Amino acid sequence: MGTTASQLGKELLSEYQELTFLTKQEILLAHKRFSELLTKDEKDLPNTKVSMERILTLPELKSNPFRKRICHVFSTSEQKDGSLTFENFLDLLSAFSDSATLEIKSHYAFRIFDFDDDGTLDRGDLEKLVNCLTGETDDTRLTPEEMRQLIDNILEESDIDRDGTVNLSEFQHVISRSPDFVSSFKIVL
Amino acid sequence: MFCNFFRAQRLEEASKLSSWKQWRQSTQRTLRRLRDEAQEWLSSLKLWRADIHQIEGMFGTGILSYFSFLRFLVMLNLIIFLLMFSFVMLPIIIMFTTNVILFNIWNPFMELYPSSARRGLVIFHEHITDLLSGGGFLEQTYLFYGFYQVNQIHFPNIKYNLALAYLMTTIAYLFLSLIWIVKRSALGFKRNLVQDEDRFQSFCNKIFAGWDFCITNENAASLKRSSLLYELRTDLEEERIKQKIADRTRKEKCRIYLIRFILNIFVIGVLAGCFYSIYVATIFSQEHVEYLMYEYLPSIVITLANFITPLLFSVIINFEDYSPAFEIRFTLMRCVFMRLTSIGVLLFSLWSQITHCKDETCICGYNHELYSCWETRVGQEMYKLTVFDFIIIVAVTIFVEFPRKLIVRHCDCGLAKWWGQQEFSIPQNVLEIVYGQTICWIGTFYCPMLPAICTIKYFFIFYIKKVSLLKNCRPATRPFRASSSNFFFLAVLLIGLALACLPVSVSVAQINCSQACGPFVGYNTSWEVLPTAVSELPTGVRSVIEALSSEAFAVSFFVVTCLAMFYVIALAGAHKKVINQLREQLVLVSLVK
Repeated sequence: MGTTASQLGKELLSEYQELTFLTKQEILLAHKRFSELLTKDEKDLPNTKVSMERILTLPELKSNPFRKRICHVFSTSEQKDGSLTFENFLDLLSAFSDSATLEIKSHYAFRIFDFDDDGTLDRGDLEKLVNCLTGETDDTRLTPEEMRQLIDNILEESDIDRDGTVNLSEFQHVISRSPDFVSSFKIVL
Repeated sequence: MFCNFFRAQRLEEASKLSSWKQWRQSTQRTLRRLRDEAQEWLSSLKLWRADIHQIEGMFGTGILSYFSFLRFLVMLNLIIFLLMFSFVMLPIIIMFTTNVILFNIWNPFMELYPSSARRGLVIFHEHITDLLSGGGFLEQTYLFYGFYQVNQIHFPNIKYNLALAYLMTTIAYLFLSLIWIVKRSALGFKRNLVQDEDRFQSFCNKIFAGWDFCITNENAASLKRSSLLYELRTDLEEERIKQKIADRTRKEKCRIYLIRFILNIFVIGVLAGCFYSIYVATIFSQEHVEYLMYEYLPSIVITLANFITPLLFSVIINFEDYSPAFEIRFTLMRCVFMRLTSIGVLLFSLWSQITHCKDETCICGYNHELYSCWETRVGQEMYKLTVFDFIIIVAVTIFVEFPRKLIVRHCDCGLAKWWGQQEFSIPQNVLEIVYGQTICWIGTFYCPMLPAICTIKYFFIFYIKKVSLLKNCRPATRPFRASSSNFFFLAVLLIGLALACLPVSVSVAQINCSQACGPFVGYNTSWEVLPTAVSELPTGVRSVIEALSSEAFAVSFFVVTCLAMFYVIALAGAHKKVINQLREQLVLVSLVK
């Protein structure tokens, strides 16, 4: 079950409509954009994996500071190299679509922000997160003093059980009170 | 992932279900799919979807909210115009085309309204003058109140009370605007209520929801990064300042309060000066109508005042030593007050002119010698304000922003560097369009075609602002959050609506309507149409309406509403207590572990 030809079958299309939050138009557009990333031989193979470098040439992901994390989170390959099949790609778009629920979005946001994949956001994860947001060069980073003050504030606001890390339910609680999350956690092709 | 997980789940379920249940599930799915497709088709009809998507990709959700606000106003004005058209203009058009009998209640004080339309050969430039000033040939068109000279229209089967329809449509469009704005702001308001503290969760919001994933432009991404950095640094500094404020000594506090008192007196003085100059300008322009420039004098004065005062306020606020977030809000409040009250002052000065006669009291309640049709004059003022507002927006974009971009890009002198590239300042732009919308709400009663003019005006402003944004502007260094901006826009719009209701209700209920023109000839005030119409209704309905409008009902309704409000506030307080208790419990549980 995968893309066997360059056209998407009708049954497959309706199945994808069931399983994801995407509309028919969006799935067709996703298929078209994904096919543009494939080489001529790869187009005929089912379940082709596209490497992370090629995925990151998409304009919607190119300027995103979390692009590598996004690929890692949605990838199901055993080599853990961030390569995506078409269905992974659809999952990605579905999680970032307009109609995805807050729960789904916050779940994936948590996994994207968890840089060390240990299931919680500790100080190291938060520091990497802030550096991604502000920029990687020296003059765009916060000073260590500011970083400490910032992370103290974040933990004060979100860490309810005071264990020094933010787990999934605390994160989801904070996100549910955040007014900007739904409108900013969105990728539309 | 979705596809694999849900697919396996579905296959498992399918094997367990009977064929009837499977058929039911598949029909449910088809219906859901149809509904999704219908919704998708409806949303594709939305105006300017592609343009807004492009702006979102380049500038993020803060500026996007300004443009979707503009789109909302276009729709609102269109609906208001359709209302006015179908209930007020359409019957008159039908009447003129089918020669139905019209009926006017004649009043001993009625005069013939001398037409100021130009007669004989008209020089071309006088048409342009008329178009800009709303006078001349425009007075004899559907544009102004004075043209609607009929009370009631006798159609073959029904008697259409145009005066009543005019009044009811006015009330209806104000009410409709209120409901639509409240509905649109309900979501944002709920969120703002939940955040009871000033800075509650603002850090988490900025870090976890700070990045706009819809940004596709590399340039915009680096700008977003720098604006996030700036925002974080500002917030951290604000926290340090708050600490400093809490540590202030008594002597410092007294000094600061004294400075603030003096500066506020100064601000009030400046505002009073502006209002007085608007008053003088209006009176001058009413007395001298020779030149077009004199007619536009109030508009010019208002625009100048609204240009200078924000600059003044932003300079003054630096001396008052507030925290940065409060500074922004306070300056904004002052600007909002200035903008909207200037319209109020203009109307007040018009009103004083209209109700002021040479002898002590006016016979008709208004100055019937100078203002035989005062509603049309007010309508003309509103029309001129709208036209001038549009001209200024276009002129500023073409003659100020565009040269500024050229100078900054090609010139390397110190002046260019200091001036810098144009920033799209969302608050000022929003105040501009709320100002225009307030004028529209006030003016629709006197100028029924004004909503159509405003729809066209906002339609063009969208494209002008979009082009200006893409070509001339860079994103603001002080970003405007999308969520709070939606609430801010609609709150300011509500203030504008409340302000607009005031003059309309005063002129409907207090000032005598002119007896020489308009649909209310024969009544003392425009409001009188309603009691007269109610008294003609059958007894049962009449007694119900009289009961609803009696004092007893009003007082008891007020008491019930107060009780409901107290109950809801108490409930919210109780919920907050429970949340705090649960939070403490969680901490205890984790400590025990």
